[in-house]
Amino acid sequence: MNELPQQLANGLILGAMYGLIAIGYTMVYGIVQLINFAHGEIFMVGGFGALTVFLILPDGFALGAAIPLMILGGVIVSVAFATAAERFAYRPLRGAPRLAPLITAIGLSIVLQQIVWMWYPEAKKDRSFPRFQGEPIDFLGATIQRGDLFVIIAAPLCMLALGLFVSKTRSGRGMQATAQDPDTAKLMGVNTDRIIVMAFAIGAAFAAIAAVAYGLKNGQVGFRMGFLMGLKAFTAAVLGGIGNIYGAMLGGIVLGVAEALATGYIANVPGMDLFGGGAWKDVWAFALLILVLLFRPQGLLGERVADRA
Amino acid sequence: MRQRSLIALTAALAAGSLTLTACGSRDDDSSNGSGGGDKTTVVIGIDAPLTGDLSALGLGMRNSAELAVKTANKEEYVKGIEFELEPLDDQAQPSVGQQNAQKFISDKDVLGVVGPLNSSVSQQMQKPFNDAGLVQVSPANTGTELTQGDGWKTGDSVRQFDTFFRTATTDEIQGAFAAEYLYTKAGKKKVYLIDDQKTYGAGLAASFKTNFTKLGGKIVGSDHINPEDRDFNAVVAKIKSTGAEALYYGGEYPAAAPLSQQLKDSGQSIPLMGGDGIYSAEFPKLNKKAEGDLATSVGKPVEQLPSAKEFIANYKAENFEDAYEAYGGLTYDATWSIIEAVKLAVDGNDGKVPTDGRKAVLDAMSKVKFDGVTGTISFDEFGDTTNTLMTAYKVKSNAWSPEYSASPKVD
Repeated sequence: MNELPQQLANGLILGAMYGLIAIGYTMVYGIVQLINFAHGEIFMVGGFGALTVFLILPDGFALGAAIPLMILGGVIVSVAFATAAERFAYRPLRGAPRLAPLITAIGLSIVLQQIVWMWYPEAKKDRSFPRFQGEPIDFLGATIQRGDLFVIIAAPLCMLALGLFVSKTRSGRGMQATAQDPDTAKLMGVNTDRIIVMAFAIGAAFAAIAAVAYGLKNGQVGFRMGFLMGLKAFTAAVLGGIGNIYGAMLGGIVLGVAEALATGYIANVPGMDLFGGGAWKDVWAFALLILVLLFRPQGLLGERVADRA
Repeated sequence: MRQRSLIALTAALAAGSLTLTACGSRDDDSSNGSGGGDKTTVVIGIDAPLTGDLSALGLGMRNSAELAVKTANKEEYVKGIEFELEPLDDQAQPSVGQQNAQKFISDKDVLGVVGPLNSSVSQQMQKPFNDAGLVQVSPANTGTELTQGDGWKTGDSVRQFDTFFRTATTDEIQGAFAAEYLYTKAGKKKVYLIDDQKTYGAGLAASFKTNFTKLGGKIVGSDHINPEDRDFNAVVAKIKSTGAEALYYGGEYPAAAPLSQQLKDSGQSIPLMGGDGIYSAEFPKLNKKAEGDLATSVGKPVEQLPSAKEFIANYKAENFEDAYEAYGGLTYDATWSIIEAVKLAVDGNDGKVPTDGRKAVLDAMSKVKFDGVTGTISFDEFGDTTNTLMTAYKVKSNAWSPEYSASPKVD
């Protein structure tokens, strides 16, 4: 039987999730040239925020009806942590050498993990997350789980909303201006501090939505989940061209599909059976990243800009 | 100025969070028993992952060891000796484990060490302990080569380290038992094999493979996964076309639970089978479709052993924050075997700890025999447990229920 449709669907769903998280990396980088390595943890706390809302709701509350509230809870928690991190950890370091905020981000990431590990009830092991009951849906030869429908619907909607926001609203244009030249934007009356907070907040909100998708898909959230997902999402952002929001989503999907196909097919290539399968999928994904960056150092959709560093 | 203080603050926060989690109660001034009159203090070390994603198992181990030490002190099991537990966190990392080993060795009051959880960590601890002549008893390491060397597959078993003992059974025994159960009792002839590439998972999968093919079963495909991953849909999609009747997984429950769930989600109603690494109450909790999944674990089910009932009751009475998990009983037995060896050493020396306490305890280990939580505990010429009784469990209405117990024959 042909497993190609299934593998493509697997890759697409995983990739859309990478893409949603990658938005946070790319927006923050585009505006303040900071690689916010704590973003994976912002994703993780969003998952716990959503789980908390679900646990507070009375038993028997339909999951479908709970989802909007869970998203809201996750978004509030993620945004609160992200804006606090911006205000208290990154803003004081804005004029400092590049390495200082980078190391701060790594430290912050450890701090956030340990906060959840220590104080969230029973978070020392993975906690189970609600899932949709019911049969999976067959679509063009691929089996799609009910829980996966969430990310399939949420990812394009989020991208559409973000695209409109950035191009049509006043704040969105302010964002573009700040990304191009923060000093000039400031002179032109753009409140750059507010724009930067906004970039962190939007990234965090998207990460929280991705966290709900992750929980619904895998049926669990854990304090360690941000590390690997964050790393993959960062890779997706670089692959798509860091600083470009559509690039982040494209990079995520390319990465997800590449992983699924590498797992499914590399081992079938004659002589490659040792280098295929789940253990090697990350190697192939990163090989692809290197290949893309060799020919397009700015990433798939990145613009060629002189580095301001 | 302000920036500098903030960097310092962040650094302090990061450092603080690391130390906070590094588990307290580390008394370095343990040379004298404080409240016990003329009692001599004997320190038993325990090394386990107390932080990180295996911390649930590790904390269960620490608590169980603590329970053993407390029980021995309360009963005054060894007259004139006050036992003290020193827990160290290895974060499931071999390099940290090695540092911990050095720490235990440098403390002269440490006469035995329990742990670690991970076979890969153990590989780094065995040699330093052996050089120092300090007894190590692992409740969880199942890698056969840890005691018998790489030659065990060809029948040339050679004891690796005189100081290494374990209460856990070997992969060889567990793999043989799992293969026999799956092939004869469950009637599965075609199996897909997955492991997580760690010492434990890969070893168990290899042992299963050897024994399963020996019985006439067929491995229709195999793959490896990254245990940090939670999305295995791509791997699961591959299994579909192989016609496998079961999936055998060498690894631990955090990855096994989503793997099994995604397997069932994809429309394949075949069971996942694993070893003691997935025999955890967390597995059916995290995995809504665990029904019918199989696991093997050492000893008889705790409900069927009176000694285990006592252990469970005592554990509950201590009000530990974390459950005893898969290795609680074995850790208790491992700790107790050291206590037993100390007793033998002290009794043979007019009620005093011999001058070379470590050597005396090591010599006594081979004579240790007692009824523990998981059965009768004693050690064979390799330092392996003689208790090879295994039980197969099946998930029924969201909990593990025992199916079949036997001592597998290994040739």
